[in-house]
This record gives sequence, C-alpha cells and structure tokens, in this order.
Amino acid sequence: MNLGRRKLLLLVLLVIAVVLPPQLGIYYVRFATQIAIYGMAALSVDLLLGYTGLITFGQAAVFGVGAYAAGMLIVSGVTNAFIAWPLAILVSMLASLAIGALSLRTRGFQFIMVTLAFAQMLYYFAQSLRNWGGDDGFSTQRRNDLGFLSLENHETFYYVVLILLVLVCWLTSRLVRSEFGMVILGIRDNERRAAAIGFSPYPYKLVIFVIAGGIAGLAGALMANHAKFVNPSVLSWQLSGEFLAMVILGSANSLIGPILGAAFFLTFRDMLSDYTEHWMLFFGPLLVARVLLMRNGIWGTLMRATGGSETLREPKVEFPATGKPVAEAKPEVGA
Amino acid sequence: MSEFLLEIEGLRKSFGALMATKNVTLNVRVGETHALIGPNGAGKTTLVSQLTGELTPDAGRIRFAGRDITGLTTAQRARLGLARSFQITSIFPSFSAEGNVALAVQATEPHSFRFWHPAEQIQRLREPARKLLADVGLALLAQRTAAAMSHGQHRQLEIAMALATRPSMLLLDEPMAGLGTEESRAMAALLGGIKGRHTILLVEHDMDVVFQLADRISVLVGGRVVASGTPAEIRNHSEVRIAYLGEDEDEFAGALDAQG
Repeated sequence: MNLGRRKLLLLVLLVIAVVLPPQLGIYYVRFATQIAIYGMAALSVDLLLGYTGLITFGQAAVFGVGAYAAGMLIVSGVTNAFIAWPLAILVSMLASLAIGALSLRTRGFQFIMVTLAFAQMLYYFAQSLRNWGGDDGFSTQRRNDLGFLSLENHETFYYVVLILLVLVCWLTSRLVRSEFGMVILGIRDNERRAAAIGFSPYPYKLVIFVIAGGIAGLAGALMANHAKFVNPSVLSWQLSGEFLAMVILGSANSLIGPILGAAFFLTFRDMLSDYTEHWMLFFGPLLVARVLLMRNGIWGTLMRATGGSETLREPKVEFPATGKPVAEAKPEVGA
Repeated sequence: MSEFLLEIEGLRKSFGALMATKNVTLNVRVGETHALIGPNGAGKTTLVSQLTGELTPDAGRIRFAGRDITGLTTAQRARLGLARSFQITSIFPSFSAEGNVALAVQATEPHSFRFWHPAEQIQRLREPARKLLADVGLALLAQRTAAAMSHGQHRQLEIAMALATRPSMLLLDEPMAGLGTEESRAMAALLGGIKGRHTILLVEHDMDVVFQLADRISVLVGGRVVASGTPAEIRNHSEVRIAYLGEDEDEFAGALDAQG
C-alpha cells in the first residue's frame, strides 16, 4: 500500500487548486470553479459507475433539478445558502429516489435507456416552464450568501466550492470503504453472488443512487450560483454523457479521478473551441485512446508515474442481452 | 419441526415444451449429506435454481425448516440459512480472499446500512473470515485478490463463503467441477470435514466422492427422481443402472463396481 504517496499526491493537487487559480487571474478562478462543480457531479457518477457498476445516462437530470431548485429559491428570495442548498440537495435526492425506484428494477442497456428517458422527461418539463423562461431559462441575478458572507466575489465563491468538494471527497471516501461500500462493490462485482449470500441488491442500489443524486444536486445548486443563470441545458443528456466521459478519462473507481477528468475535459474543450466548434472531432479519438492506451485513466497513471503501485478496481460492466434481473434469467437447462 | 430440513413436494418447471422438473418430491433429513446425481441434462441445476429462488417453479412447494419458502427471494432464503456454492465459480473478483469471506460474514447481520467505519478494520467480520479461510486451506492467500487465484482456490473460497453465512443447509452445486486430481482430493477432504456439521445437498458428478460422502442419494433422470435411498440401495437399483447405461456408463458403472 502506498497510502503515504497517495496522500502526498492529493495534498499537491489540493495546494495547486488553492494557490494557482488566483495567480492566473479572475478568468481562471471562474474556470477552476467550473471544474470543481463538474468534478463534483462526475464524482457522483463515479459512485454509480465505478463503485456500483451502474451506467447512468441521466445524472444531469438530478444535477439540473438541483440547479433549478437553487435558482428558483434565489429568485423567490431564499438567499441564505444554509437553507437553499440543503433544500436543493433534498429535492434532488427525492428526484433520484423516484427515478431510481423505477429504473433500478432494470439493468444493463435497459437501465441506461430508462435513466435517459427520465432525464429527457425532466428536460422537456423544464422547457415547458413558461414562468421560468421556458427554453431560454432564467437569470438568478445574484448568488446565495452564507449569512454574513457574500459569495458575489468570485474568489470567495471558488473557495467555498472547493471546501465543499473536499468535504464531499472525504465523506464519499469513507462511504466506499464502509460496510455499505463493500456491499455495493460486491453487487458491482457479482450481483448474483451478493444475492446468494443474503444481500437484496435493490435497496442498496437505491440508497447509493439517492446519495449520488444528492451530490449531483449540490453540484447543480453550485452551478446555478456560479453562472447566476439556469436553463434546460443543465438537464441535457449531452451533459450526462460529458459526466461519464470525465469519469472514464479520470479513472473510474477512484473518486479523485473524475475531478481530474473534469479538469482535463474542460481545459481541452476550452482550448480547442477557440480554434474550432468541431472540438468533439478531436475529443472523441482522445477518449478512445484513453481506454486503449492508459489502463487506469489520469489518476491511475499519476499514481504510477509517482511510483505508487495502486491498482484501481475499475469495473468491468457487463451488458446482459436482456434486461431481466439475474434472478429471473434462465440458467442452462439440466446439469 | 419434522425430521426433514428441506422438503420438496410436487415441484414442476417447464421451459416451453421442455419439462425440466417433473413432479419432483424429495426430502433432506436434518444433518444428513444427501447427494443428487443424474446424467447430464437430468435437470439438476434447474432443480437447484428453484431451491435457491433463482427460478420460480410452475407448481409445487418447497419447505425449509418447516417454513414454506417457495415465494421467497434468493436473499431471503440465504438469510434463513440456505447457502449455496455455484457450479460455475462465483466470487467477488476485485476483493481479496479475506474480503470475499468477510462480506459473506457481513451478510448475516440484519442490514449493512453502515456508512462510516472502514470495513477492513472491523474485526467482528475479519476474524471469522480469517478463521474460515484457514479452515478451507487458504490462510496464506488471505490478502490475495480473488481474481488472481486459481480455479481450485476459487472453489475452496466458495465453500468458505457459503460457510461464512452460518447456514443450516449447504447446497453444493458440483464443488469438484474442473478440479485436478490433487485439488479434488483436497476438496473431498474438505467436504468430509464439513459433513455432519451441516445438512448438505450435494450435486456432483464425481461418483467416488458421492459414494464416499453421501448418507443418502437421489437419482434424477429426465427431470424425475427415479430412485432415492442409501448408497447401497442405489448401487443395486436396477432403474438407476438402466438410466445410466448409454450415458455415463463407464463412469457410473465403474464407480458402482469399485464401491460394491
């Protein structure tokens, strides 16, 4: 175990995150804020993809619910973050409870499709909210505040987001190593076996789905504050896909990797989109190259480059031909 | 409670036109090792899957420890004390050997919605796991990632996992499958050690092991139980011999003669 090295690397990354953006100027403070927010959302996707083996194409839906909730609260006069953000998290968790309760009864491709369908439903619902700008969305004019501390200053807001991100990292790293964490990893590894030793997979999957939803909701609320603007694109399936890309780039099953993935993704997009609007044309092959060449993503490669020998438990997600639960799948007849 | 731990009554299961389980009635006594044998395609795995709850029977009832479990899920049955090992290796590949067994120990607790303490440091789970690994002969490999272990070691690990759930009954689905000579001997010794401490339903092709371990044997042919009795009775049962002729003649007849 290279726990010391891992901690050192995390510390270096944290110092960079704290010191670097203000040195580069306000544009980069805002850019770093965006990275931290997307990183938090990508981390929530990693909890599902990397730790539970669930490929969700609807995480932007819960992210967007958080963004809309926070935005609507600000406009309605609820400016205190200590009230607004927990409320946004709660609403997102309720949304993911509803989505999860239904979608987790399916698996594989069906699960992807059902989560996508829910996300699209919410997307069109947001478009139909005439009072909230419909397709154009609405401006919040201002950010939440922490009681006496205003968050209008971009640096102040950045540090608040960073603190929340570190907090989420710490809490989830405890979570995935806990007894509950072992159960979801076990379900990811071999759901049939998990059931055979006595774990009903469904409630455990639902709980992690709701936890991930709360984290994505917080990220969404922060996004509404960051941009002071909310429109239906925060619920789009493209954004869900981008979260997945961030996780895969960064290293699934590492929590920290998705944040690095978000940093890489956004930097790459930012640079390339200066030159061409077809930046995806270059990004696509890069994603393929990551899967083919870098076995463990950015975080795994960083760990090894610095001499660590940590092997990540990247998931091998299987796609059953049918979406039937394993318990009802027919085994071969006879012995 | 009756003398039977597991009572199967009139069980039927069809896949389309194929009737894989034809009115099976079978009882397993408390404490006995009951072997289920039969040629390939006899419906052994289909029967086991219905016992574990992975398949729902079309008709019939399954009672376990006096309780009707026909409608229960796999996880519910496991919690009642019905543990299984799989014919095809089924483990948690990214966990260490100890992690695999510790998770099975954890499964005996009422719930695992505990989110804070690192599981690796919970001795309540780790100690029994280490002890069970020692019991099945894997003490030295406790920290090895399961994916990196051999097939034979996986089979031993599966037994440890089944035992970790503190079952009152073990369903062992071909524990010897794919093992080399030396590994088979070790597994037979391991099963011999478990026998008597747990009620066992053993599905197995290896006749040497079956006749060595079983207190009673049931023979499944074409989805029907054609015979049920002590090893001596089965050895001399004409219908059993006929059923096996032309299928596994050499293997079975050879084993029968060697034993008899």
